[in-house]
Amino acid sequence: MIAQALADGLFTGAIIALGAIGVSYTLQILRFANFAHSELLTWGAYLALVFVAFAGPGTPTGPLSFGWQLVAAAFLAALLTGVLAWAVDALVFSRLRRQGAHHLTMVFAAFGAALVLRNLVVLFWGHESRYYTRELQMAFEVLPGVRILPDQVFILLLTLAVVVVLYVFLAYSRTGMAMRAAAENPALAQACGIRVEAVVRATWILSGALAALAGVFTGLTPQLHPEIGFNLLLALFAAAILGGIGSLPGAVVGGLLVGLAENLSLLVINPGYKTAMPFLLLLAVLLARPQGIFGEKR
Amino acid sequence: MLTGIFSYAVFFSCVVLILSILTLGLNLQWGFTGLFNAGIAGFYAIGAYTHAILTAAPQPQFLGNFGLPWIVGIAAATAATALAAWLIGLLTIRLRGDYLAITSFGIAVTIQLVTLNWEALTGGSQGLSRIPKPLAGTFDSPLAFNLWYLALLAAVVGLLYWGLERIVRSPWGRVLRAIREDETAALALGKSARRFRLEAFVLGAALMGLAGALYVSFIGFVSPFDFLPILTFQVWAMLIVGGSGNNRGALLGALVVWGIWAAAGALVAKLVPPSHAAQGAAVQVILIGLALVLVLLYRPRGLIGERAVVSRHADG
Repeated sequence: MIAQALADGLFTGAIIALGAIGVSYTLQILRFANFAHSELLTWGAYLALVFVAFAGPGTPTGPLSFGWQLVAAAFLAALLTGVLAWAVDALVFSRLRRQGAHHLTMVFAAFGAALVLRNLVVLFWGHESRYYTRELQMAFEVLPGVRILPDQVFILLLTLAVVVVLYVFLAYSRTGMAMRAAAENPALAQACGIRVEAVVRATWILSGALAALAGVFTGLTPQLHPEIGFNLLLALFAAAILGGIGSLPGAVVGGLLVGLAENLSLLVINPGYKTAMPFLLLLAVLLARPQGIFGEKR
Repeated sequence: MLTGIFSYAVFFSCVVLILSILTLGLNLQWGFTGLFNAGIAGFYAIGAYTHAILTAAPQPQFLGNFGLPWIVGIAAATAATALAAWLIGLLTIRLRGDYLAITSFGIAVTIQLVTLNWEALTGGSQGLSRIPKPLAGTFDSPLAFNLWYLALLAAVVGLLYWGLERIVRSPWGRVLRAIREDETAALALGKSARRFRLEAFVLGAALMGLAGALYVSFIGFVSPFDFLPILTFQVWAMLIVGGSGNNRGALLGALVVWGIWAAAGALVAKLVPPSHAAQGAAVQVILIGLALVLVLLYRPRGLIGERAVVSRHADG
């Protein structure tokens, strides 16, 4: 039982981590809690659905329920969602920044943007659940009593690869270094000649792309509906703050811990309360170590 | 026909007055103190359910339903909401402003889960019914009761408006605005920003709890679907459109935004075939979301914003 919960937790945790990276960077670099981030997950998932509708999910490859077409659709959706995130910034947030709006006004604008984005999904695709593929797949037993789906293993490995690539990008590329500098000390970064607008753009595109992947992975296990992103919002915030905002390892560890906590809690509590677990974890972090695991006290 | 319009107007006014209590509470938190509460629906629900559980007629399948008097329910609902806000505030008010937004959002999500899942206490998705309406027995028609309730609500809102106006003009209210404008300066004057913020947050939330209790004793029924996250957004829209930092703006915003919302709902219901009701509702939400972002971008003060206060000692 516990081993199964750990396996499931690791898997949900990986998805939460992908979504939380963007939340973490917007909290740190743009200095506001982006309540619209969850809608990027939803949009990513539905954009991939559009591509899948054209190309089909592909013939199942090996034990997986989909072929390369779905993976390609996921990456195309990631690209478009990155652009979408940047467009929302250009239309709303960047104007407010130029007006010198309070960062809480930005939170509120994000609330509005979230509502518009979420309901556009309802308008275009309706409330019904959708599926990328109708293929059934067999779970296999890796350890006695622990069953996992091949799709889950694939998603876990792909997430790992994305995080490694992102880590290398942040550590060695010029844009990555500029992002880290802006995350650490925006004023100093600007004084060093880093173009803040370029950093902001990179942050949005990255956040959007990662959110889209998280959304596609959520939709793959097993279905899409207009609230897949919104239902994860609290988990994303909890993971970002738990790990320490502005930290990539922090967001990943935070995501995994939130996923594990959610699934382990199912052993003792009514599954109806599962979505409240991230909140309890968040309260505990704010009480004990508000800067998060990897965060520095400021 | 005319009585139909009249009774709808009475019902509509009651709802607007209840919503305006929420807006007044939010105005104290955001307009005067700069605290971001993203869990209005949650505090409203705490008040509503506390009142329902305490006053509903006893039924064997429920833990609560104590059948206590109306006024006890109202008082306990306000107190319970204040307590919840105090706990949340204690944890988050010392941190950055948007952490309060995240945790208050969290409490709204959690309260909704509790109302859906703890069936023995809350009736689950069926909700609780048979919540007594105050003095309902003395009126022979629903319209007569609604008229009496309208008078009651008008008195409550009038009293709250008067009290809040007194409070924000008092030294305590001036400290709140001082902290909102420049925390460091307020700290330098020896004011504990944390304490004042916490007090304003708790007081504002208590008003939201009161609004919840007044709502259920008006409708006589409570269910989790009265407290969806969209409600939080609507109340925010009311305050921003009306003009935050101004109690009259809060009242006006409740009337204008709820009026537009109800009219848009009626229009959508007329124009959109029932098979596309979900899309129609989505359009309604998209329009209000857009309206709000546009107000933020082009008229951040709202219809009537806060009055600029300049010291009478300052030159021109």
